[in-house]
Amino acid sequence: MTQAFVRAAPAPQLPPPKQADGRVAALSRNLLGSPKSLALTFGALVLVIWAVPDLLRYFIFGAVWHGDAVTCRATDGACWPFIAEKLPYFVYGSYPLDQRWRVDLVFAVGGLLIVWLLAPRAPARRLGLWLAFLVYPVLAFVLLYGWPALGLPRVASDLWGGMLVTLIVSAVGIVVSLPLGILLAFGRRFGPLAVRLTSVAFIEFMRGVPMIAVLFMANTMLPLFLPEGVEPDRLVRPLVGVALFASAYMAEVVRGGLQAIARGQNEAGQALGLRFWAIQRLVILPQVLRLTIPAITNTFIGLFKDTTLVATVGIFDFLRTVDSARLDPNWSGPTITPTAYAFAALVYFVCCFSLSRYAQGLERRLAAGYGRDRFQ
Amino acid sequence: MATLSGAFRRGNAAHSALVQIAFVLGLGFLVYEAATLALAHMREHHIPTDFGFWNERAGFDIDPHLIAYSFTSTYGRAFFVGLINTLVVSAVGVVFASLLGFAIGAARLSTNLVIAKFAGFYIEAFRNVPLLLQILFWYNGVLKALPAPRASLAFPGHIFLNDRGLFMPAPTLSPLGLSLPVFHGFNFIGGMKLSPEFVALTLSLVLYTATFIAEIVRAGIAGVPKGQGEAAAALGLNAVQARKFVIVPQALRLIVPPLTSQYLNLFKNSSLAVFIGYPDLVQVFAGTVLNQTGAAVPVITVTMAVYLFVSLLGSLAMNLFNRRIAGAVH
Repeated sequence: MTQAFVRAAPAPQLPPPKQADGRVAALSRNLLGSPKSLALTFGALVLVIWAVPDLLRYFIFGAVWHGDAVTCRATDGACWPFIAEKLPYFVYGSYPLDQRWRVDLVFAVGGLLIVWLLAPRAPARRLGLWLAFLVYPVLAFVLLYGWPALGLPRVASDLWGGMLVTLIVSAVGIVVSLPLGILLAFGRRFGPLAVRLTSVAFIEFMRGVPMIAVLFMANTMLPLFLPEGVEPDRLVRPLVGVALFASAYMAEVVRGGLQAIARGQNEAGQALGLRFWAIQRLVILPQVLRLTIPAITNTFIGLFKDTTLVATVGIFDFLRTVDSARLDPNWSGPTITPTAYAFAALVYFVCCFSLSRYAQGLERRLAAGYGRDRFQ
Repeated sequence: MATLSGAFRRGNAAHSALVQIAFVLGLGFLVYEAATLALAHMREHHIPTDFGFWNERAGFDIDPHLIAYSFTSTYGRAFFVGLINTLVVSAVGVVFASLLGFAIGAARLSTNLVIAKFAGFYIEAFRNVPLLLQILFWYNGVLKALPAPRASLAFPGHIFLNDRGLFMPAPTLSPLGLSLPVFHGFNFIGGMKLSPEFVALTLSLVLYTATFIAEIVRAGIAGVPKGQGEAAAALGLNAVQARKFVIVPQALRLIVPPLTSQYLNLFKNSSLAVFIGYPDLVQVFAGTVLNQTGAAVPVITVTMAVYLFVSLLGSLAMNLFNRRIAGAVH
């Protein structure tokens, strides 16, 4: 073996490249590197300097924090006392004052269940699921609607409103759409022809029309299809619409998950001698749900935002209570409307943004444990 | 998957057929019962069940109307005015949402940190607030709070904004030229007028949908394997060429299907017009016409059919595409 060339002495050291490394160099290259980049950076900064102080002044430093409608009318900042006074209305709607502890209890139990189910290492999650999907809805209904025999007077649903209704509509949408969506997805993928066609027709119909139209339909047509004397509650009608609507979207999410499960999983199940439904229940569905948790969360976020549309059929959800409170003549003033909308936007933003961050975190965690070989 | 869908058939063909027949009969029975009940109810309460109202005089006005319409026109004509308004708002929305969405998506991937953060901030802020709230904000909080025409905000190029809407120059055909909006009396005449309802609805639809389009564009470009860019560089393509010939064509494959969904979402979301009174299909037909005629079933059916028709076209294209992708996975 011969070697053509062996360096005998070390090569002379080259000078380090000019500031190619490090945070400062990267920043200055990215922000000021080219004339275009420089102009963009400069433009963005001008926008910030132009907008941010005004926004801060309007909503924080120049805003009215203590006082009443008269104080608010006298200045041109946001009017937070208005929000403070209307807050109970935004949360409970017109639910009777002395019965609001029932709503609080429903909120508290619901919050506990959510923490239980969403915390990364919670114990006995299966029990939590049963409680959340079967026991909690019944409990919440009894508490909110009342049961005179138990000493809970009836509270008709037209007194419910605000965040309470928003959460009810979202929760019903979630609780119904998950199982129904799974059923529809299975029907669409594995069912015999008649079942498959029915599933496809239902899914495509619900996804093809605006949610407002579904709500209109539930509101005007549902009573027509029911026997005489059965008058569906005015809150139940949109709930049916929302639940069916959400199910169609959930079905497509689950279908995507089913599509992503490798064929080998089915074959392995068959090799173990499992029947079709056992394979689905024990092998496929757990994987599908794990794969689609981020997509399911996104569907929930969409559903939560879409609950605002129940206002079309006269339901006072959170947004509707905010929108009607801003017209209160006692609080009339030039800054009431912007304050009300800003508050509503903040509430929706906090809910949706934290949910979406949770979904992203979950996605990362699942990807870390699950790896990229899931498509093989 | 053929082996699995055979699970029903494999055991016993006769059994499967029986199950299917029972399913169809059960479903048919339910539908028949519900329809009979509904018809009986409607007859009892004298609710119209057919399209007899179609050629009756509507007696209400719609503004804007792009085809000839007055309060002496028929309900059928009102339907088409609403439909055209829906299509106009959707088309304008789709164009501007695409432009903004692609720009923001590209900005999100910019190496310029300030620009990328800016784009990210915009996306999170507008995506996480319900569309309806945004529509109400622009309509009640901004456009209705603008000064009267006398004190309009004036922009370069003869564009004026006030509480009556947006006024801007419009091209004229005969004689060929430009018609400028001129303040006269209490309002502007000439030019083109966009109502506050139209402006608020389009603006919200664009700002909201663009956030989703931007994320789709970003995911599409990020989804192209890094090696593709490196391969392009190895072939001697510069950054612009690599983007144009290698990255974007592959990214589009990932972008187009969800983009179609977003266009359809925008089309369906335009029905939120009903909340601010822009006379779209839902507001005019499923709103005013339904209230005046009481013909709930025919009106809702036709409204649904219109949305379904457009959505199914999109869905069909998507499913064909999906079949190709799904086929490639297995």
